[in-house]
Amino acid sequence: MKRARSLIRLLGKIEGLPVAVVFVILIIAFIITAPDVFLKWRIYMSFLQTVAPPLILGLGLTLVITAGEIDLSFPATVAFAGYVFTWSFRTFGDNMDPTLAALIGLGLALIAGGFVGYINGLLVARIGVPAIMATLAAQFFWYGVTVLLAGGLQAALKTIEDNRVHSVLTGRIYGIIPDPARGRIGIPTQALWALGLAVVLWIILNRHKFGEAVMFIGDNPNVARVMGVNVETTKIQLFTLMGVIAAFAGVILTLEMRVFYPTQGQGMLLPVMAAVFIGGTSMAGGVGSIVGTFFGSYIIGSLEAGVVATGISGFWVQLVQGAVMGGSVVLNTILGRGDIAVLSDRVRQWGIPMRAASREAPSSDLGT
Amino acid sequence: MAEESAPCALQMVNIEKYFGLVHALSNINMEVGRNEIVGLIGDNGAGKSTMVKILTGVHRPTSGELYVAGRKVDLDRYNVKTAHSYGIETVYQDKSLGEKQTLWRNFFVGRQITNRLGFIKVGEEKRIAREIMLNTIGFRGRGITVDSTVSKLSGGERQGVAIGRAMHFEAELIVLDEPTVALSLKEVHKVLNFVHKIKEAGKACIYISHALHDVYEVADRFIVLDRGEIVASIEKGNTTLKELDTFLLEYAHGLKDKRES
Ligand SMILES: Nc1ncnc2c1ncn2[C@@H]1O[C@H](COP(=O)(O)OP(=O)(O)O)[C@@H](O)[C@H]1O
Ligand SMILES: [Mg+2]
Repeated sequence: MKRARSLIRLLGKIEGLPVAVVFVILIIAFIITAPDVFLKWRIYMSFLQTVAPPLILGLGLTLVITAGEIDLSFPATVAFAGYVFTWSFRTFGDNMDPTLAALIGLGLALIAGGFVGYINGLLVARIGVPAIMATLAAQFFWYGVTVLLAGGLQAALKTIEDNRVHSVLTGRIYGIIPDPARGRIGIPTQALWALGLAVVLWIILNRHKFGEAVMFIGDNPNVARVMGVNVETTKIQLFTLMGVIAAFAGVILTLEMRVFYPTQGQGMLLPVMAAVFIGGTSMAGGVGSIVGTFFGSYIIGSLEAGVVATGISGFWVQLVQGAVMGGSVVLNTILGRGDIAVLSDRVRQWGIPMRAASREAPSSDLGT
Repeated sequence: MAEESAPCALQMVNIEKYFGLVHALSNINMEVGRNEIVGLIGDNGAGKSTMVKILTGVHRPTSGELYVAGRKVDLDRYNVKTAHSYGIETVYQDKSLGEKQTLWRNFFVGRQITNRLGFIKVGEEKRIAREIMLNTIGFRGRGITVDSTVSKLSGGERQGVAIGRAMHFEAELIVLDEPTVALSLKEVHKVLNFVHKIKEAGKACIYISHALHDVYEVADRFIVLDRGEIVASIEKGNTTLKELDTFLLEYAHGLKDKRES
């Protein structure tokens, strides 16, 4: 009994564990209901590819929400940065080494994203416009700018596939995953970049003084100020960082598609926010979980494909998504942002929501 | 250090503060001795917190001069960090600690122990935080560790942490702005004990409280603030608690005009 309790106490210290458990349960449910799809590598490689851009966005947004702020403008930044990259590559690509042209495009796209974020930061921190309004305006504005610049047209990047920047950012690593039946299956490199970004941002949030400033600002900006944190500067840096991260996601998206769409990123606002909240980051600010966002993004990203693969009607997708999101958020709330240690004395109550959440995915297919 | 060379921990000269049209402080002249406990009293909105925020670098005064340990402060460059480096620490009623953050983070926020790239040396911060908790604050048992979040602490414990932090950073002047609001009697007693410790340690303190009884117990001198002006500075030896109370009541009822007592 005592052993079990201390084990739970130990588990409670592991960040993001409840979300990770939900994710594993979800995958197990999919394996049971659609074994021919979920016992093969291909679907997982497809997740790694499709989840990378929203995951990258979610990681950045986690920091913003931890600071008690919000950024609604990242879909526009994804489009704007995609445009800047495409324009640069097509403009410089003919006259210089294509790899260099793509690198310049990447650099300019990140700068453009940083600029969008910097303006957001100025509006929020210096002028005092609430972030929800400032970034909503920015969303309309920069999406409008992108549509204008692109003339509303998509633009293909024909030669990008042979480009080294393409293979480094969105290529495939072969030879690790065996799949003799269907030919070669490679690991999408963007998944590794997203993982790397998660590690870096975890360290920044939890081990760097910038991250500590972010947490204290989200907790209580007055405390942060009287304790010597430069609240305004930190917020500007934070929004700028979010802009750069969103631009990176935009370039990844364009590279993977090999086409720039003016509308790219526009459907991502709600799923990305859902992933962050599923992960246990508090809307109230002060605490944020990078690990939670990581698994939250994979939960959101695998739901649609997973539900469709189980063979039930596509009409069920949204319902199941909503149920899993709701269940995860309830679970997080009950566990007090995943801090099981606090509730180690209430193990039994704790078990109930866990089981409830696990039953959600299969229950949908019982219904058909 | 020679006591004579710097007789005052702090001195304010002709300090004025406007918030837009609100004249929050007018012509403030006051000083705090190197080992003096000053009780700052006055009605709500009198300007006590504004005064504190000016001397701790949170607000910039509209005009006037500030001296810390005899040195004139460059007010254009004065902020919380420089105030910290001059040994001025503040404990607020509710604005001193980040509630959702761990104790060790609260001890060091704003002046973390980091490497050159700004990464926090967590092990070292935790070790020192543990020492402060044991030696300065005297937290024992109760299942509270440096990894506990502030939200798990009682009001008294929170003020203990904030005061312990101030003492650890070798403050020369500790400002307590209504530290006992919402505390139980026993916890108030603890806070007052801390103030006594500040006196014993040879440091200075500005103590703000509505509870006149508490101020009277700890302070050496009382400064009375009324609508942004200092209306009295009374040595404890020259007054009794009852006299002080009557004096303040007269102000509260507007019976008294503004004049030096
Ligand atoms: N940041 C601020 N902006 C505008 N007015 C303020 C600000 N801080 C304080 N004031 C005003 O200054 C006056 C003094 O306030 P304060 O110093 O908080 O009084 P006290 O601490 O004595 O209760 C009040 O009229 C208050 O409304
Ligand atoms: Mg006050």
